[in-house]
Amino acid sequence: MYFVSRKCAVVRIYQVRLQDLQQPAVSSKVFIQRDYSSGTICKFQTKFPSELESRIDKQQFEETIQTLNNLYAEAEKLGGKSYLEGCLACLTAYTIFLCMETHYEKVLKKIARYIKDQNEKIYAPRGLLLTDPIERGLRVVEITIFEDRSIGSGR
Amino acid sequence: MQESVNCQYLALQLTPAIPVIGGVLFLFVLGTLLRTSFSDPGVLPRATPDEAADLERQIDVANGSTGYRPPPRTKEVVINGQTVKLKYCFTCKIFRPPRASHCSLCDNCVERFDHHCPWVGNCVGRRNYRFFYMFILSLSFLTIFIFAFVITHIILRSHQNGFLKALKESPVVVCFFSVWSIVGLSGFHTYLISSNQTTNEDIKGSWSSKRGKDNHNPYSHGNIFTNCCAALCGPLPPSLIDRRGFIQSDTPQLAPPTNGITMYGATQSQQSHMCDQDQCIQSTKFVLQAAATPLLQQQSSEPVILTASPENGGSLPGRTSLTLAGPCTSLPLGQPTPPTSTPSLSCHEATDMLPIHGHSHTHPLQEPLAHHHFLTPEEVPSPPGMLPCGSPMGHSHTMQASFFNPASQDSLHEDSVRGLVKLSSV
Repeated sequence: MYFVSRKCAVVRIYQVRLQDLQQPAVSSKVFIQRDYSSGTICKFQTKFPSELESRIDKQQFEETIQTLNNLYAEAEKLGGKSYLEGCLACLTAYTIFLCMETHYEKVLKKIARYIKDQNEKIYAPRGLLLTDPIERGLRVVEITIFEDRSIGSGR
Repeated sequence: MQESVNCQYLALQLTPAIPVIGGVLFLFVLGTLLRTSFSDPGVLPRATPDEAADLERQIDVANGSTGYRPPPRTKEVVINGQTVKLKYCFTCKIFRPPRASHCSLCDNCVERFDHHCPWVGNCVGRRNYRFFYMFILSLSFLTIFIFAFVITHIILRSHQNGFLKALKESPVVVCFFSVWSIVGLSGFHTYLISSNQTTNEDIKGSWSSKRGKDNHNPYSHGNIFTNCCAALCGPLPPSLIDRRGFIQSDTPQLAPPTNGITMYGATQSQQSHMCDQDQCIQSTKFVLQAAATPLLQQQSSEPVILTASPENGGSLPGRTSLTLAGPCTSLPLGQPTPPTSTPSLSCHEATDMLPIHGHSHTHPLQEPLAHHHFLTPEEVPSPPGMLPCGSPMGHSHTMQASFFNPASQDSLHEDSVRGLVKLSSV
């Protein structure tokens, strides 16, 4: 709601406030580090960070991370299909990747879709945002915590 | 020259298939060599300033130390019943994954670091190990092939000209030594692959039973066949870095591409700072001088600072005022602080973004440095080694940047942070 007032300062305050609603401020970021207990495969720690306690269910969070871990495990799985792809690629001197994308890349797209979906449905309503780990070099899952705005409607 | 003479002779004497096969092998060798040289070995991008700050916070909490350079930090992980130490990389500001190592020649951490090959001119790591192996394997076939036919050539010639004369004209000695060195190297790497070790681990004897009774390789899959398949035919992970991204100095950088980010951190900051070197050095000196001052407290970001303070002075362009959430915004705001001799690089964009005297900025980063807001030493946020002012600001910037702004502040902040840290860590 735009509030018209004679005083310039007040007008500016409300202008800024209106825009505040559209551009929430970042309160802090939480980083979920990698879990190397199973070797070098891509896996994130499922330990629930204390900063998120007030924002989201522990179970919900763990489910998200576990699904991500499963997806990454699927990408790196050694099996008949991946061996076949590897051998085929070798025989065609890796030119086949000009036409099709690797299994890993396909799973990465799946992960991106999943994260987007989770953000829209679960995290954004709670003022949180998951960043795709690939944008952080698969080092961390970055969760941005936005300021909780009591003024104005929820987004 | 001699090879062509060799080939010609043999082609005429025996069969023209010989140079053809030789040619095919040679092309294959060249192909794998180029592939090894030019593919990303599995470089780990450097940590973003926020991540680095978060890690350092955790380390400090655990250590309780406030020294400029905390003691080398290691984490222990148990993998398959074997205790593995993860080291902290000071350059990349990350805890290295197991089997990763920092290559000083490439100045990057590389996953599953094997070795840096000077012949190939690149590190050999997770993503290009199979190409490297195919290169040396095919090269050993090629050298054996050439050696065999050099011998044949000598034998055939010696029937005509005499043994010694034939020997003098042929490159047999060179061939002999090449065969032994290349075949030896291939054999060594075949052993490494079958036991799933890296050259690095083998040289250090990390998994040798001489170190301890229970010392074993936790990464081995058990049998040779699986190890070989995993190393050579396993899934190839995509590159984590964006090698085609444009590095733009002093201009706004677009939101990072989804698959990997431009993260040759030091290089990037160096390039964008080539023109700012003097400034960088000055500001580093300034920061070092201010090293004694306490760290500016990390306030939680309060964008309403802008709204609450009536001493805002002048009009604030809405976009810029909102993108700067964080403690830094409170510093230059409406404060007629006296200029110091050296500007602070880390708060560069902040000052550019906020017009002190009430005029609006069209494009903040095109403003010349004259618009620098000079901070007094008390306002300098942190001693070197800790991330400067950029850090508390950085996260808000990064967030805003990737969402709402073409990260104008973000790139410069990251660059300036890295530039400062790099210079001050020298």
